[in-house]
Amino acid sequence: MNIAVCMKQVPDTTEIKIDPVKNTLIRTGVPSIMNPFDRNALEAALQMKDEYGASVTVISMGPPQAKAVLREALSMGADKAYLVTDRAFGGSDTYATSYILSCTLKHLGPFDVVFGGKQAIDGDTGQTAPSIAEHLGLTRLTYVLDIKIQDGKAVARRQVEEGVEVIEAALPVLCTFMKESNKPRYATIKGKLDSFKADIPHVTLADMADIVDTAKIGLKGSPTKVKATFTPQRTANGVTIEGDPSTQAASLLDQLTAAKIL
Amino acid sequence: MSLLYTDEQKELIALVRDMAENEIKPYVQEADEKGECPRELFDWGFKMGLHMLEIPERFGGTGLSYETTAMLFEELAKVDAGYAITFVTTFVALRNVILAGTPEQGQYFADIIRKGNFAGFALTEPNAGSDPAGIRGTAVLDGDEYVLNATKTFITNGALSSVYVGFFKTDPAAGHKGISAFIVDRDTPGLSVGAHENKMGLRLSNTTDLIFENVRVPKDRMLGPEGSGFKLALNALNLSRAFVATLAVGIMQRALDESVRYAKERKQFNTPIIKFQMVQAMLADMAIKVEASRCLVNNTMRMMDQGSLVQKEGSITKTFVTDCAQEVTSNAVQIFGGYGYSREYPVEKLMRDVKVFQIFEGTNQIQRMTIANVLDKEYK
Repeated sequence: MNIAVCMKQVPDTTEIKIDPVKNTLIRTGVPSIMNPFDRNALEAALQMKDEYGASVTVISMGPPQAKAVLREALSMGADKAYLVTDRAFGGSDTYATSYILSCTLKHLGPFDVVFGGKQAIDGDTGQTAPSIAEHLGLTRLTYVLDIKIQDGKAVARRQVEEGVEVIEAALPVLCTFMKESNKPRYATIKGKLDSFKADIPHVTLADMADIVDTAKIGLKGSPTKVKATFTPQRTANGVTIEGDPSTQAASLLDQLTAAKIL
Repeated sequence: MSLLYTDEQKELIALVRDMAENEIKPYVQEADEKGECPRELFDWGFKMGLHMLEIPERFGGTGLSYETTAMLFEELAKVDAGYAITFVTTFVALRNVILAGTPEQGQYFADIIRKGNFAGFALTEPNAGSDPAGIRGTAVLDGDEYVLNATKTFITNGALSSVYVGFFKTDPAAGHKGISAFIVDRDTPGLSVGAHENKMGLRLSNTTDLIFENVRVPKDRMLGPEGSGFKLALNALNLSRAFVATLAVGIMQRALDESVRYAKERKQFNTPIIKFQMVQAMLADMAIKVEASRCLVNNTMRMMDQGSLVQKEGSITKTFVTDCAQEVTSNAVQIFGGYGYSREYPVEKLMRDVKVFQIFEGTNQIQRMTIANVLDKEYK
């Protein structure tokens, strides 16, 4: 079985501050990390590898420094890693990015399952992985807790608002994972040492020239235009309900009823 | 920090730190109180490969240098030195079997450890501590087997180990030249674990007596030629001395980290105490000793990587570093004041943990004798 994991290098948002004048993120001096939800996706893939003996390929689109997250994925147990990088890919929004990644998966594939994080902690759109499924016509399962392969089909448990949904789907599927899905493993010392020596090939536009429609990539291929960025002013404050628990509960009930929420 | 680290070393250190901070540290206080480290905590170390760091790849290890291995153990010791020494003892035992034994013996021992098992070193006896040549345990040849009898004491990993390197007199009349070393499996009939030592510190490290009662081992379990055990023990001690010095650096770095943080927060007379000159002097002296110790350890490790036996240098390093560590941890308690004496705060444990470093692997008094003896020969 072949598994692909898509991952993104993101700034560590726990360390990030917003420039109060320009309203943009101050990125200088902020460490770059593997997007945490992508780490859960990788762990899910590695668990499948442990169970079914799958081969795990990780791909990331970004500048050469994004290789750091790919090397980290190799040190945790991924088998192959590719950096998708080309000047022509720069400025891509989620639509263009998911298109380029879907072309990469076609180029490197076929894959039986494609995993990704539910969203990246920098952009927070949650669009890229599901869009890859659309481009490739894969069954799309978001917010997956865990997945098994039974009789050639994927059986996944999904976190939904009301509880947990169990879904059976024909392969190939694309799944997105989240923090609750699993506890990602640590790299091993041996894995780290091997990853230092590992070759991480680049996948460029030229490699995929026959399958990529250049009208759909980069800044020009991106329908999203950022009109303005700003830090929202916090106006309303929360209400603290005082008193013992039963008084608090009664007061909360009154207020929710008054607001016609209940 | 004082050393130059490669990018690879930095990444390995960060990996060990990440694991130790998240998976071990939250459970250290409870384990220290109980005087026992849960196996689940050790499993994190095994999964990462901390038992095979310096072991050559042909024996299933990762083949790191002594230098890099020491950096990783220092990091582990910042969280708990007892946890770290459990792995250090195992690797020192395996390392010495590889050095002194046949390739088959090395492979046999390495296979046991690689699967996630600990090893111990059974040398000390109740009446033979600083004077290891005075051991009374015997190994008597009977057909194709040696019959071992001894009571060993203060054995690190005593109850945790699956295999031991044990030292016995094959010729009781011959003094240190009558000592031979053997590989002994934990489950050999006649071998039992004795009393568990309820220690002042280093309480995540297991220390017990070991009792050998007519324990029969095949002849081919002897390491090296008959009578070479004392030399093996001294080589092993050279190695373990360098590594306990690394652990002491980890403990003192932790003491410094905790002390500076506290001195910045703690206010008296409306002023953070780090602004007071006498506290400043203490913190500066602590930092000086930590840096100097780390450099000394690093140099010893690099000498060992080049094949030096570090007989004098290891003793100098161990003595200087562990004496410094005693002072640094004691001053950490001093900076914390009354809170430092409380078990609610982390520094009293560091002081308890570090005391034994002036005692084990040869007391610092014995080290000074060794250093002086070497000097005497050098200046002939």
